[in-house]
Amino acid sequence: MATKTDKNVYTVLFATGMVVVVGSILAFLASALKPRIQENERFEKQQNILYAMGVNENEDEGSVNFISTEEVEEVFSQYITRQLVIKGDSIVEDGEAYLIDLKKQLAIAKSGDTPSLPVMIGEKDGKTFYIIPMYGKGLWDAIWGHIALDENLVVQGVYFDHKGETPGLGANIKARYFMDDFAGESILDGTRYAGIEVAKGNNDPLNQDKEDNQVDALAGATITGNGVSAMISETVNLYKDYLQSISTQ
Amino acid sequence: MALLSKKDTNLILDPLADNNPITIQVLGICSALAITAELKPSVVMALSVIFVLGAGNVVISLMRNIIPSKIRIIVQLIVVATLVIIVDQVLKAFAYELSKTLAVFVGLIITNCIIMGRFEAFALGNGPWKSFLDGIGNALGYGVILVIVGFFRELLGSGTLFGFKVLGDPIAKTGVYSIGYENNGFMIIPPAALIVVGVIIWVQRSRNRSLIEEN
Repeated sequence: MATKTDKNVYTVLFATGMVVVVGSILAFLASALKPRIQENERFEKQQNILYAMGVNENEDEGSVNFISTEEVEEVFSQYITRQLVIKGDSIVEDGEAYLIDLKKQLAIAKSGDTPSLPVMIGEKDGKTFYIIPMYGKGLWDAIWGHIALDENLVVQGVYFDHKGETPGLGANIKARYFMDDFAGESILDGTRYAGIEVAKGNNDPLNQDKEDNQVDALAGATITGNGVSAMISETVNLYKDYLQSISTQ
Repeated sequence: MALLSKKDTNLILDPLADNNPITIQVLGICSALAITAELKPSVVMALSVIFVLGAGNVVISLMRNIIPSKIRIIVQLIVVATLVIIVDQVLKAFAYELSKTLAVFVGLIITNCIIMGRFEAFALGNGPWKSFLDGIGNALGYGVILVIVGFFRELLGSGTLFGFKVLGDPIAKTGVYSIGYENNGFMIIPPAALIVVGVIIWVQRSRNRSLIEEN
């Protein structure tokens, strides 16, 4: 004997009802929470930018500690003195340049148009930092970050993040011991805009050689590491003209 | 009166040992391999699965009499996906830091075969309370193995536990590294997890011979 739940009509009605119910719950939730989520994402971006230029609550060793969410907005406006948008030859100031979605701009650049590229300029202890956003691809999904340079194009700090790299392996690009290695490396190799390579077998685990444009790779995360190298060199290429203009060399 | 009857207690305890979802039923292996290179993600994953399986089993159990059997797998998928998305969105709004840690796991939770397995094998035929206990029990059984594997892989592979250098500093050569000990780089790549799980299965079966299948 067929029960009522085996009937085709019931099945179709059930499926329709379920889709409507689940769809409305999720749609309601998404729109109700959207403002809060966007606010969180904005704070996070500010924290990342500040982190790259060395404004953070890190201790000598250990984990990554950002400026707290409560005060990040204030600290951000205190340290970031200028924000620029570079579009071709024109450079304009824009107080919300840091919110520009680099992913979209990269797509514009790829399609042959002129992208709007943000640069954040920070001042700390009398030093000037040029902070540039980056966006690229890891093993599973997107990776992104910020790189802070001085006027000699030497890296002062970086921050990387990722959407879905393997926990314990590729996900460690956002660990202190990986990111700290980048500080002091130059993105120039002689006069060539070389970027920085995440290299296996450079026999320099402590990263004492700051002239080689290489940092020590993460074991077991080759493709994520290559993604980081590619992301840096792509960004450097994209910003080359601007970097030349700030460079004192 | 005891809080749990003997039968109920077994629902929780069985999956911890003699009916463990990973070592006996060999479910959920994919995530066990993927995220156990360190202890912290293992613990986070275990907690997430405990929540999703506990809640999902209850929802499926409450719906068990109205789910059309022809599309029950799809319904199960929708339930687990919805639960995971709700949790993810709420965390993003109210506990952003935590949500970033969990983001990687969302996909792995939805596709975890233990979850679909328990919906199908238990929640569709039992009441909500029993299903809840079964869900918690199986998720705990899964979590225990994850933590054991994560413990050995992080200790032997990186010389750390929860990121703390328990064996000394491999580069500065302190602690056990000063007498020539080296980290085993093999432990942090996924095949090592398979070997650790294999060793656990071996130990378990040699202690309890009734688990060994007859050929």
